[in-house]
Amino acid sequence: MTDQGDYTPRDWGSHPPNLSPAYKSTTLRAPGKPLVVLPQSLSERTGPVYGQNYVGPLDNDLTKNAAKTGEPNGERIIVAGQVADEAGRPIPHILLEVWQPNAAGRYQHADDQHDAPLDPNFLGAGRCVTDGDGRYRFITIKPGAYPWPNHYNAWRPNHIHFSLFGPSILTRLVTQMYFPGDPLLELDPIFNGVPEASRQLLVSKLSMELSEPEWALGYEFNIVLRGRTATPMEDGA
Amino acid sequence: MRKRQTPSQTVGPYFAYGLTPEQYGYDYKQLVGNDLSAGDVVGERITIRGQVFDGNGDTVRDAVLELWQADSEGRYVHPEDERGSNTGFAGFGRVGTGTSAEHFYEFQTIKPGATGDNQAPHITVILFMRGLLNHVYTRIYFSDEANDADPVLALVDPTRRKTLIAQRTDGPDGVVYHFDIHMQGDLESVFFDV
Ligand SMILES: [Fe+3]
Repeated sequence: MTDQGDYTPRDWGSHPPNLSPAYKSTTLRAPGKPLVVLPQSLSERTGPVYGQNYVGPLDNDLTKNAAKTGEPNGERIIVAGQVADEAGRPIPHILLEVWQPNAAGRYQHADDQHDAPLDPNFLGAGRCVTDGDGRYRFITIKPGAYPWPNHYNAWRPNHIHFSLFGPSILTRLVTQMYFPGDPLLELDPIFNGVPEASRQLLVSKLSMELSEPEWALGYEFNIVLRGRTATPMEDGA
Repeated sequence: MRKRQTPSQTVGPYFAYGLTPEQYGYDYKQLVGNDLSAGDVVGERITIRGQVFDGNGDTVRDAVLELWQADSEGRYVHPEDERGSNTGFAGFGRVGTGTSAEHFYEFQTIKPGATGDNQAPHITVILFMRGLLNHVYTRIYFSDEANDADPVLALVDPTRRKTLIAQRTDGPDGVVYHFDIHMQGDLESVFFDV
């Protein structure tokens, strides 16, 4: 195999600083000491490979994968996009995992005590694998806003949690996708912990191309992971 | 024009049914759990166990840890390791800290071999939790291995190297390595920028 070089560094100008005091939980959980710079070895350039055989037929349809008696409540939506590296090269055949609250803003989670109804037909967890062109697609219910104890009258904007592997443990990413035009975004300390120039990268776009007439609106959310410093060689090079 | 990396966000408090559903009792198949040694995997069976502590010294009950390691012969199950692996090992596991009373995590795995690049046997840990906006990377080394010549440990302040070394005990439960992670304070674990 041709050496494709190191993975590009984490772009600390695009990621939120670990200590973001407006998000109170960071004060006791952000590392206090500087990170130790580690040269990349095989231990870092490798990582778990989870392909299509780890994904069930309904895993990318959250409106069906936990349904017991019928359709879940709420607004059905399509969320789709492309995963690529910083040079724009698509990242094929990598696993995405998602989780989210239901339309009422309630997580099917023992720790979530928000006084909003659970939905017997909605769990809110799914997974899928990018295709050969780095594209993925989920069907789900638009998640509701929910309160949290960070400060008085604190509410999280509508969001879907995303987890991605990529080809190496260095491309690992856990993030959150937000929705365009949400008035809670400007009030949210987690979203606003991201440097201003990169915040919009977390906001999906309404897409009439992804939307299906008479059925569901589509939101496009493209994701950029760390790439290699050298351009990959063609086969046989 | 180069694109900017999609910013990281916290895993939040409600990852359990998305990332570790079976461990937490949700009716959804999980990708992977805390047992990396199931089946015919070749190697010495070990348990790795510990807790995660916040800046107050309190145990963290909503952290999720991922392990990535070589097999018993020091090979990674990944196309970039041209040696290949024939030990039946996958090398990846995941567990949350929320299902034991004192917020212990535990992995059943096999002891990794040396990777052949002068590094002592080690496991990479990726850690996520509410209140952590970017996941952190750390490493587990083993107290019964020759770690003195390891080039990564050599990069670490000698007074902090012990935060990366899991302590072995041989008892009725077999071989257990104890490995705690401290986010802050005098015992703060070494986290890597890689
Ligand atoms: Fe959330």
